[in-house]
Amino acid sequence: MVPSPWVVRQVSKETPDTFTLVLDPPGGARAKFTPGQFSMLWVGGVGELPISISGDPARPESLTYTVRSVGPATQSLVSRQAGQTVGVRGPYGIGWPIEAATGRDIIVAAGGIGLAPLRPVIYHVLANRADYGRLTILYGARNPRDILFRKELAVWAKQPDTQLLSTVDYGGVAWRGHVGVVTTLFKRLRLQPAKTTAMICGPEIMMRIVARDLIARGVSGEDVYLSMERNMKCAVGLCGHCQWGPHFVCKDGPVFPFSRIASLLDRHEL
Amino acid sequence: MTDAIRIRIVADQIEQLFQSLIKRDYAIFGPTVRDGAIIYDRIEDTSDLPRGVTDRQEAGKYSLASRPDQALFGYAIGPHSWKKYFHPARVKLFGASTDNGVFRILQEPTPPRQPTALLGVRACELAAIAIQDKVLLDGPYADEIYRDRRKEAFLIAMQCTESADTCFCSSMGTGPAVPVVAADITLTEIADNGNHWFLAEAGTPRGGEVLLELEHQPAGEADCLQVSTAVAAAGLQQKRRLDTTGLREALQDSFDHPHWDEVAKRCLDCANCTMVCPTCFCTDIEDVSDVSGDHAERWRRWDSCFTTSFSYIHGGSVRSSPKARYRQWITHKLSSWVDQFGTSGCVGCGRCITWCPAGIDITEEAQAIRGTVNHGNT
Ligand code: SF4
Ligand code: SF4
Ligand code: FES
Repeated sequence: MVPSPWVVRQVSKETPDTFTLVLDPPGGARAKFTPGQFSMLWVGGVGELPISISGDPARPESLTYTVRSVGPATQSLVSRQAGQTVGVRGPYGIGWPIEAATGRDIIVAAGGIGLAPLRPVIYHVLANRADYGRLTILYGARNPRDILFRKELAVWAKQPDTQLLSTVDYGGVAWRGHVGVVTTLFKRLRLQPAKTTAMICGPEIMMRIVARDLIARGVSGEDVYLSMERNMKCAVGLCGHCQWGPHFVCKDGPVFPFSRIASLLDRHEL
Repeated sequence: MTDAIRIRIVADQIEQLFQSLIKRDYAIFGPTVRDGAIIYDRIEDTSDLPRGVTDRQEAGKYSLASRPDQALFGYAIGPHSWKKYFHPARVKLFGASTDNGVFRILQEPTPPRQPTALLGVRACELAAIAIQDKVLLDGPYADEIYRDRRKEAFLIAMQCTESADTCFCSSMGTGPAVPVVAADITLTEIADNGNHWFLAEAGTPRGGEVLLELEHQPAGEADCLQVSTAVAAAGLQQKRRLDTTGLREALQDSFDHPHWDEVAKRCLDCANCTMVCPTCFCTDIEDVSDVSGDHAERWRRWDSCFTTSFSYIHGGSVRSSPKARYRQWITHKLSSWVDQFGTSGCVGCGRCITWCPAGIDITEEAQAIRGTVNHGNT
């Protein structure tokens, strides 16, 4: 439960309220993680937060976290300066099934900040292009200025056998792109259901709808994965906070196959 | 295996047990009367024990009364459980100092902890300790705070020969008899008309060593029979029971049961049940810092799923209604606990019944749900 001091290399602004922190491990250690895992980030006196790792798994010299600044703890985290420290515990949890998905088409479906824990999957698939089939990135943001990793999205869209479909909830006059919830992108999806593994991260309602829609189109519930969010204090299965029915989201998740949690998703206030 | 050590000790000689433990440098914790209740605290000798006192318990009610005999352990259980020694209610995790935005964990020497001996652990409480061992030690990450406190502890169990009206260990299969190897020493007190003695059995070699230092007589067949009859009687006396057959599935299937609204009307959301429960393990973290922010500490303290902050994620609590919180509590105890740890989270100690200001009774609520859920043939 004791964090180690990682040194802030860089903090950069992604959108008006979202920042990316790059942290170097103490003593030049290497920092391995599985896409979809998270760490507990601590700022003294303020609090500790579970934050997904958003960087490249092939570059373990540092770990990258993307944080939406919504309260005092996130605020103080993103106001750290280069050279200062952040307390890190982790990485923790079960991540995305990138091994099991080898050879398959990949759908990455993200809503808002949900793109952050999926970015390592995109990096991994693009770096090991031959190991995977078609990559489809579905991304929905609230409005155009909330679009994360905008430059990278443009680059990803041009990669071989890769399709990027993005949308916003509210477009505004200057927006030329698609408007509507993520599922409205589905009509443009080229889907081979039996060959597809889908990884979804976003607000619970969005994940539910996307998962059901994909399953309705023939993707198996065992090949659809969701990343759940619950209150976390310990991240190691000891504090009880993250319980969700029989599961501890911190150690049994945060990524779950839809087939394992389908009956829980409809339970409001579980 | 050596022969089981099973001896008979005259009540007046039980003082020697204290001496034997103290000689081995144990700090002894056990029952004592404080503010109208029998609690667990540091005790030095037999004079600290609740001699001639018993407890009367009912839903929402607890009181002490004097007994006609001089029994030292003539009560059932009080508001405390032993979890406070292994899983402290509040404990510092670490301190850190910050200099120019760079923090450093302070290496604070931990004073050597005196080994503890717990005297008077009931069967249900041993079962609760075994459950907390599973939860806090057997997962992918062990709780070091618990492990350090738990590992050396010397356990002296005390079989019950009387039950409180709130007890239902019998139906949970956790008591009143103590399995021989569950503790270092298992005692049973018989306080018959002027014939006041203990049967003492060793469950471990170190327990045997302690016992053989005490003045004793060999325990005869008749002594053992008298003890097992008295313990069995305590089980038969129990007024409450919980039928656990199919309970896990029944609760799983009762998410939308109308009875949850009924309980929610009575529940005061006080969290007493989780605080007194010997298996509830949930904790929260407190961040503390000085004005300058240069010195920060993290503390861990017991938390309860009855608080709204427990399930908070940006913007609101997942379980914002009292109904959802009560449902979490009872469903976790009796259903999802089984999924998570392969055992019920309830040992039938009845504390949550006694200490509920609204007198809510877990056995009744579970039955109300279970009895009316249409659930195939489990
Ligand atoms: S739920 Fe109630 S009866 Fe069961 S172990 Fe906890 S306090 Fe005792
Ligand atoms: S019943 Fe509530 S407080 Fe007790 S262990 Fe379960 S979640 Fe934690
Ligand atoms: S965050 Fe503590 S148990 Fe999952």
